Amino acid sequence: MSSSVAVLLEACNVGKSFGGVQALKDVSLTIRANEIYGLIGPNGAGKTTFFNVLTGLYPRDGGEVLFDGRALDLANPYRVAEAGIARTFQNIRLFGSMTALENVMVGRHVRTRAGVFGAILRTPGQRAEEAAVKRRAQELLHYVGIPHRAEALARHLSYGDQRRLEIARALATEPKLLALDEPAAGMNATETAGLRQLIEGLRADGLTVLLIEHDVKLVMGLCDRVAVLDYGEKIAEDVPAVVQKDPKVIEAYLGGSIGG
Amino acid sequence: MNRKILGFVLIGVALLILPHVLTQVGTAWVRIANLAILFIFLSLGLNIVVGMAGLLDLGYVAFYAVGAYLWALLASPHFGLHLPFWIILPLGALLACIAGAVLGAPCLRLRGDYLAIVTLGFGEIVRIFMNNLSTPFNITNGPKGITGIDDVSIGSISFATTDSFFGIPFTGPVKYYYMLLALLLLIIIVNLRLQNSRIGRAWVAIREDEIAAKAAGINTWNVKLLAFAMGASFGGIAGGMFAAMQGFISPESFVLHESIIIVAMVVLGGMGNVWGVIAGALLLSFVPEILRYTVEPVQMALFGRQLVEPEVLRMLLFGAALVLTMRFRPAGIWPESRHRREMSEARGAGA
Ligand SMILES: Nc1ncnc2c1ncn2[C@@H]1O[C@H](COP(=O)(O)OP(=O)(O)O)[C@@H](O)[C@H]1O
Ligand SMILES: [Mg+2]
Repeated sequence: MSSSVAVLLEACNVGKSFGGVQALKDVSLTIRANEIYGLIGPNGAGKTTFFNVLTGLYPRDGGEVLFDGRALDLANPYRVAEAGIARTFQNIRLFGSMTALENVMVGRHVRTRAGVFGAILRTPGQRAEEAAVKRRAQELLHYVGIPHRAEALARHLSYGDQRRLEIARALATEPKLLALDEPAAGMNATETAGLRQLIEGLRADGLTVLLIEHDVKLVMGLCDRVAVLDYGEKIAEDVPAVVQKDPKVIEAYLGGSIGG
Repeated sequence: MNRKILGFVLIGVALLILPHVLTQVGTAWVRIANLAILFIFLSLGLNIVVGMAGLLDLGYVAFYAVGAYLWALLASPHFGLHLPFWIILPLGALLACIAGAVLGAPCLRLRGDYLAIVTLGFGEIVRIFMNNLSTPFNITNGPKGITGIDDVSIGSISFATTDSFFGIPFTGPVKYYYMLLALLLLIIIVNLRLQNSRIGRAWVAIREDEIAAKAAGINTWNVKLLAFAMGASFGGIAGGMFAAMQGFISPESFVLHESIIIVAMVVLGGMGNVWGVIAGALLLSFVPEILRYTVEPVQMALFGRQLVEPEVLRMLLFGAALVLTMRFRPAGIWPESRHRREMSEARGAGA
């Protein structure tokens, strides 16, 4: 492990357009190890698109991403997961008719090896791995606070629990960087407070968090540094107190609301 | 727990006696039972592709054909080769597996309807190949098919003749029945073990949400290819047994209609659930046969003459059963436990 001010992720001139819409214009940003980094901006600014490019789901038009000192292979999403980036989705994407436990077990896929023959022959190695996967998944459900829902189908969980389950599944891939796309969207005040605690706990446990969030109060209170996107361009990147006073940022939010 | 074991024992005993009971009714029924077991093989294989991984494959019969032709070519007078079953059967599974990967690879970027259409095309291509591979070198003997295919023989016991053990006669079809039953047990175990494994969960995850599966670190391309290959290998085994049992195969046995019947068995029974798929395969194998033997006499008794052709009525009832099932039990007669768990949970929450 490198020192605490080391850079974990460095995006250089990442660009992406959809037909005529330039969703990302040469976006560069630097995320330091073990910080909580906020990515904010008005609706349609390109935040989710940045996540999709970063996790290999959308092909990029240009730019590079350095992660943990190495160029990230953005052509295959599973390579990104392997490298240590996990994410959640703005519109929750769970495996609806699998149980909560199974959802988290799927997250262990990238860190385990058992294949078809291991499964058919039930080799000792496969059985040990399977038991470890299950144990780890149970631990993670406990960690995010929904151990009692292990056997429930993912689609039957409450909204807040689904968000937590998605985080547990992401954690199962053993990420260095956890990218959360509007995790507090649709949550009530109590749920949001719980989420905040969870994210702070993750950081305390050594993780780096990249957080897209609309709840400005949450972002300003939680993040070490914040970048602001507007029409696909990064217009600011600094500690929350500075970003909050940046005239360009205030203008992007049509004045006022950022002060919240 | 004990009752469960007792249940398995009772079913086991019933299955062991069954062929001798069926022989009393008529040897034809033993053959029908054998074909039904073959369709269970096929449905369980396709269940991996359609039921677990959610890839609608309409060309599955191609792998059945590969297994059948491999057996026919390696154990018949056609090339003068007579290899034993324990070489051909694994070889057929392997070759079908490779064919599954080769035909699957170009389809993997396609989704839903497009995948269905392309696989349908591949299925037809394989059949047309078999039809035309008679010139310039006669490999498949074209539409005339291959005759005189060897029966299975284990040691000195040939499956072509009747033997007596402990005073009980074992006809050829009865011997095949026992062999198929043993293979079936193996195939069910393989299917169940795959379902509850790292790879099985990856298949279901892809079916549920492919994008989330990718983001969760699944190499979806590899895992889908694996589904095609594993599913195909079951088809290869079924094909080999089919060739041996029939003694004759031609491209006509491997038409699109067969693929569709197999898909119907998987969907009707309950996609993703091994027991449901078996139920679906049994139902769609036996009910049409029962109708074949009963429709005419019943009509003669009721009306004194035949109003509706048996074949017509068979297809009519077949269609009606499918429509009704899809209307009232869209997840199948016996759905995947995940779905069942969901039902009971919904009831629990409602109470
Ligand atoms: N798959 C897509 N196809 C076409 N346009 C897209 C797609 N995804 C995003 N966009 C466009 O890119 C821009 C940025 O969207 P997005 O990244 O979702 O914004 P944000 O997450 O900041 O609200 C918007 O104009 C949006 O319409
Ligand atoms: Mg968004």
